Amino acid sequence: MAEYNMHILVCGGTGCMASQSELIQTNFKNKLNEYGLADEIQVILTGCFGFCEKGPIVKILPDNTFYTRVTPEDVPEIVDEHIIKGRKLERLLYLNPETNERIGDSKGMDFYKKQIRIALRNCGFINPENIEEYIARHGYSALGTCLSEKSPAEVIRMVKDSGLRGRGGGGFPTGLKWELTRKSFSDQKYVVCNADEGDPGAFMDRSILEGDPHSVLEAMAICGFCIGADKGLVYIRAEYPLAIERLKIAIGQAREYGLLGNDILGTGFNFDIEIRYGAGAFVCGEETALIHSMEGQRGEPTVKPPFPAEKGYNGKPTNVNNVETFANIPVIINKGAEWFASIGTEKSKGTKVFALAGNINNVGLIEVPMGITLREIIYDIGGGIKDGREFKAVQTGGPSGGCLTKSFLDTPIDYDNLVAAGSMMGSGGMIVLDDSSCMVAIAKFYLEFTLEESCGKCTPCRIGNKRLYEILEKITDGKGELEDLNRLRMLSNVIKDTSLCGLGQTSPNPVLSTLDNFYDEYLAHVNSSTCPAGQCKALVNYTIDADKCTGCTLCFRNCPVGAISGEKRGLHYIVQSLCIKCGVCFEKCKFDAVLIA
Amino acid sequence: MNKIKTLADLKKLQSEVQSKIKLREKGDIPESLVQIKVSMATCGIASGAKETMTYLIEELDHQGIDALVTQTGCMGYCYAEPTIELTIPGKEPVVYGFVSRTKALEIIEKHIKLNELVDGIIPANYSSIDN
Repeated sequence: MAEYNMHILVCGGTGCMASQSELIQTNFKNKLNEYGLADEIQVILTGCFGFCEKGPIVKILPDNTFYTRVTPEDVPEIVDEHIIKGRKLERLLYLNPETNERIGDSKGMDFYKKQIRIALRNCGFINPENIEEYIARHGYSALGTCLSEKSPAEVIRMVKDSGLRGRGGGGFPTGLKWELTRKSFSDQKYVVCNADEGDPGAFMDRSILEGDPHSVLEAMAICGFCIGADKGLVYIRAEYPLAIERLKIAIGQAREYGLLGNDILGTGFNFDIEIRYGAGAFVCGEETALIHSMEGQRGEPTVKPPFPAEKGYNGKPTNVNNVETFANIPVIINKGAEWFASIGTEKSKGTKVFALAGNINNVGLIEVPMGITLREIIYDIGGGIKDGREFKAVQTGGPSGGCLTKSFLDTPIDYDNLVAAGSMMGSGGMIVLDDSSCMVAIAKFYLEFTLEESCGKCTPCRIGNKRLYEILEKITDGKGELEDLNRLRMLSNVIKDTSLCGLGQTSPNPVLSTLDNFYDEYLAHVNSSTCPAGQCKALVNYTIDADKCTGCTLCFRNCPVGAISGEKRGLHYIVQSLCIKCGVCFEKCKFDAVLIA
Repeated sequence: MNKIKTLADLKKLQSEVQSKIKLREKGDIPESLVQIKVSMATCGIASGAKETMTYLIEELDHQGIDALVTQTGCMGYCYAEPTIELTIPGKEPVVYGFVSRTKALEIIEKHIKLNELVDGIIPANYSSIDN
């Protein structure tokens, strides 16, 4: 095969694909063909680069040029200017918001400076649909080393020594889990990969499967070797069509290359992987519910013990690990347990992938060493709060987690510190909230999610959460009373104490966490029927200050429902019966004449 | 595709396919590699910069020298095309003019391998906004 002089990497993650990155790739290929450069320049679709805020991303190597927000129409110009004439296209380079300078190279961007990419090592670097590119990055050599040169016990010792803990949220030591499953005696065992990522706003596992599916397959085979299983199953939600597609291609290629199947690498070890689809139920991320769903039963959790390590899929010992956990395994084998354990904090080793979302400048996927502070994540990597607003809180751990306030900005992030701070690591969703967010409404949002996702098995979760939600609704409608706050707390504790699985046990966490950290806001809602953030529509009234209104008609022209009247250069007023309280007039007014009461 | 039967086979395949992505890995660590920028504006291309660039890439690869060959715009020495800028890690960049295939080979053999300067250096009499 001919060597290429230049590689054009186009982001093919779901986010960028939604912004036509596939068409960008096609346009590149067509344009290069036109110039007769198709043999010299390679165009490939990679996994997620992580900088979703600025997608679609196009990276050109070896010049190491990082183009942001590329449209299919930009392609001819990139080819003409950059490829033909060797001039970087300034307008598509990343603009550093602080210095207002264009940065051409991803290394110069604050977004990437503090990241260490282990689980995401190949995302945005290789073509996920080409096994050879994975092999070129030392792919499957960890499996080869394990099979040919190590005993299962040695490998388990390495995983234990590395200090790797479950990345799905629980934080259970991975090596220990493998050892427990290994010790269970049975004729058949299973390795299961939990790709049922369900937290709102989380897309870590999806991105790994889309960008580097082989790393997960390789790790599953290593796990099978350790615990004595010859069958692997990936449980993935059908809502992830691109991840499923790439996983299928990867499994097919691994079989074709003899890296899955019988007698792998001539060592007599057999291992094959199949895909099982989930319907996207949040509770099926819980391992017992996940196993029942794979068996064709209702996706409901059951009492542990017996743990899946003893009795799991089809009653056989089963080891369930999350996608990101698996993605770390080959690196631990290749680089050694000590190397991995040198990153992170005392009890949380390695890195964690987070999906940054919410009111933050750089929305995207990041991988940072454990022990980094929230401040570094939000201000250095995340680029600060959108529109220069004030930071209020960050929600971690999804519907099972809680809010971390300003006082935790300098707390090193690891499993134990987050729990001590009243939240949890969770699978890695990180939603940043600014001062325009109402914390009662946030608690209500998460509760609404768990309410819908509760499987209904346990009464406290099924009915208790419903009642919790109703109380919150009452408060945001301005009909709450002081006693409601005590009721919220009491009911929350009962639900936590009496639910069977993690979903119910953690579902009131957003309520408890906001009650603990933002009690004042709750009080304002119940005592004076006001929403300090101006979000609860029932509690907000917009009026126009007669002294400040200049009659510029800006609010009048922007009101989506025509609720504002007034003559040009005359006083404007809001017709309250028509107002939908969207706040557009407040945002648009240049004279601070719109008041919130 | 034949199945990979042993760990040795896997390692062999790995070394074969590594060159496919080597360029990308090199692009990630440009500061630690020999870098050559070939001036590829209209004047450069007309004087054969394209051939020089292809030759440099092939010869360096052939000799197993890890280097990063990229193209750049007009350096302003249109009279001396094709021009290249050569940066040895940790050293100041040097600009060569009239780089034909023979000149390119001489630069590889002497400057890159032995660190001896070769005739044809254009004194850099400019400063950029970076310094």
